[in-house]
Amino acid sequence: MQKDNEPIIEVKNVSKFFGEKTALDHIDLSIRKGEFVTILGPSGCGKTTLLRLIAGFQTASEGEIRIGGKEITQVPPHKRPVNTVFQKYALFPHLNVYDNIAFGLKLKKMPKDVMEKKVKAALKMVGMTDYEYRDVNSLSGGQQQRVAIARAIVNEPEVLLLDEPLAALDLKMRKDMQMELKEMHKRLGITFVYVTHDQEEALTLSDTIVVMSEGKIQQIGTPTDIYNEPVNCFVADFIGESNILNGTMIKDKLVRFCGKEFECVDEGFGENMPVDVVIRPEDFYIFPVSDAAQLVGKVQSCIFKGVHYEMVVLCDDYELTVQDYHGFDAGTEVGLLVKPMDIQIMKKERTCNTFEGKMVGENRVEFLGCEFDCLSENIKGSVAAGDAVEVEVDFEKVNLEDNASADMIEGEVKFILYKGNHYHLTVHSDWDEDVFVDTNDVWDNGDRVGITIPAEAIRVMPAKADGNVN
Amino acid sequence: MVRRVIEQVYLWILLLLLYAPIIIIIVYSFTEAKVLGNWTGFSWKLYESLFDTGAHHSLMNAMINTIAIALIAATVSTVLGSIAAIGIFNLRARSRKAMGFVNTIPILNGDIITGVSLFLLFVSLGITQGFTTVVLAHITFCTPYVVLSVMPRLKQMNPNLYEAALDLGATPMQALRKVILPEIRPGMISGFLLALTLSIDDFAVTVFTIGNQGLETLSTYIYADARKGGLTPELRPLSAIIFVVILILLIIINRRADKAKKTE
Repeated sequence: MQKDNEPIIEVKNVSKFFGEKTALDHIDLSIRKGEFVTILGPSGCGKTTLLRLIAGFQTASEGEIRIGGKEITQVPPHKRPVNTVFQKYALFPHLNVYDNIAFGLKLKKMPKDVMEKKVKAALKMVGMTDYEYRDVNSLSGGQQQRVAIARAIVNEPEVLLLDEPLAALDLKMRKDMQMELKEMHKRLGITFVYVTHDQEEALTLSDTIVVMSEGKIQQIGTPTDIYNEPVNCFVADFIGESNILNGTMIKDKLVRFCGKEFECVDEGFGENMPVDVVIRPEDFYIFPVSDAAQLVGKVQSCIFKGVHYEMVVLCDDYELTVQDYHGFDAGTEVGLLVKPMDIQIMKKERTCNTFEGKMVGENRVEFLGCEFDCLSENIKGSVAAGDAVEVEVDFEKVNLEDNASADMIEGEVKFILYKGNHYHLTVHSDWDEDVFVDTNDVWDNGDRVGITIPAEAIRVMPAKADGNVN
Repeated sequence: MVRRVIEQVYLWILLLLLYAPIIIIIVYSFTEAKVLGNWTGFSWKLYESLFDTGAHHSLMNAMINTIAIALIAATVSTVLGSIAAIGIFNLRARSRKAMGFVNTIPILNGDIITGVSLFLLFVSLGITQGFTTVVLAHITFCTPYVVLSVMPRLKQMNPNLYEAALDLGATPMQALRKVILPEIRPGMISGFLLALTLSIDDFAVTVFTIGNQGLETLSTYIYADARKGGLTPELRPLSAIIFVVILILLIIINRRADKAKKTE
């Protein structure tokens, strides 16, 4: 048991830059021997880069990577005790199945009879016995991926790295292969590091899930932890479906959202603290209106999903997604109830935008690389032109425009969160700072927008002493 | 019906026009007449005298030179071009484009320009012109073609193949030899054959770099011969032989290509 807890891979404070872009931002990760770890995240979050750093195809810009206690940050890939399964199989097209699998063994100058035994065993492991002399180009996608897995495991690596190995397969095949991979992991007893963007796959396969976004680790935990107790809105939104709402923690074990108060099990947030509330659609009980109902609303739509119905219920102003085995027709008045256990409370990362800025004149402040007018009644304390200041802007006061004019700062919408009655957008401005916006308008990920901030929305206060010493 | 007849007739006339010169040469290689166009009865005499080295020593010599130069130039430019292609392929997108452009300039450049500039280069460096300079010149203009024929193979290759080889314990050299090389081999072979025919064919560059030490290749020999007044009759069997050999080569290459397509 002790041996099981030894870390096999340690990633310490690793960053990777591609020119100006930061692909990985101070990653710390420790993977135990024999674990099935999934690195999960949307495309471009840095998950594949992290895997490639472990495999040695790229080297870290900063930090240290250890495998089995040995520092290998700069070691070339052919000297690392890991093997990789690639998304596009990467079988050698000029070799047959047998020679593909024997490739690594031949390089090690293994005697022929031992090699043959090992190749046969590997083929058996992936369920491809009797395929030795087939041309790899004649195999189907699933078969090719099996050969690729056999080619990796035949070398008996301490760690098997898998880079979205099932992404190119169709759904049915993918499900079968998932089960087989899990089974294989059990039989081999080696460490699997698996990269995927498919949250369902991650939940199905892993002992531990590492959720990544924007080059940072958002959360590390078991599948149940990640699903039931997401640490922030990104994780809650990315894993499974969820209702994410603005709420206020009134006191310990009492939270207010959707205009009602609810009992919950969380404490330690303080009194009257703004929080984010996460409720999974399947955790709502839905029934005809009765006294038991905590929320009363009208069904907006009802879609049959196979196992369950998915309904959107409008309660006051809030759209809630509800899943249940029983469907209620659109237009029906229904009651909703949620158990205290099923309300997940998350601390808000921020309650308004804050920027570092500088006064450039009377009632004129510079931040985000632009100058803005502000009102004198919104300036706290005494600030003179040239002083460094802190600027606050509420989420809902920021305006987004389709067509940016010349004097506007522009940005790109990069994350959208539906909060029941409005959207919470993260806009990455060209000044390289994020601007957070609450809006009722519908925007898409990747939209280019112009950002305007009206004078009355800007609050200015002197910069904190430890800030700019300018 | 009429239309089909016209189509057929048109096709055959076209083919006849295309192949008439070579057919005439082949036909008249089997007669003794000194002047082309005079049929004096069937005879192997021209073939005999072609291979009777005493009689046509300089012609055979020119042919041997041509083949030697072509083989050396094609081999060297295949090696250089393949290495260059791999290097260019691994550059970043922008420099790759730039290098690709630089590579096409010698191809688009007129032979005469290449010839003159190489001539000036050799003269200014004080290199005596002869066999070596011709080979160097041929390598120079063949290499870009090899790069062009290897590059598509690299582009088609699964980008993870090289990494997969490293991952399985191959050193970069082993990965190159065992994975990249087999992948680009068809491109290298067609590049080699292209270089071979280009080199055999070349006149303009050769004439500027061959010097005056008495070295002759087929093209310069024929040119000089024609200027002396009338072509040596033995050129007829020689052309016929070259034509047949190249025809056979072409058939083999096409067969190979068909087979490769079928197995894919």
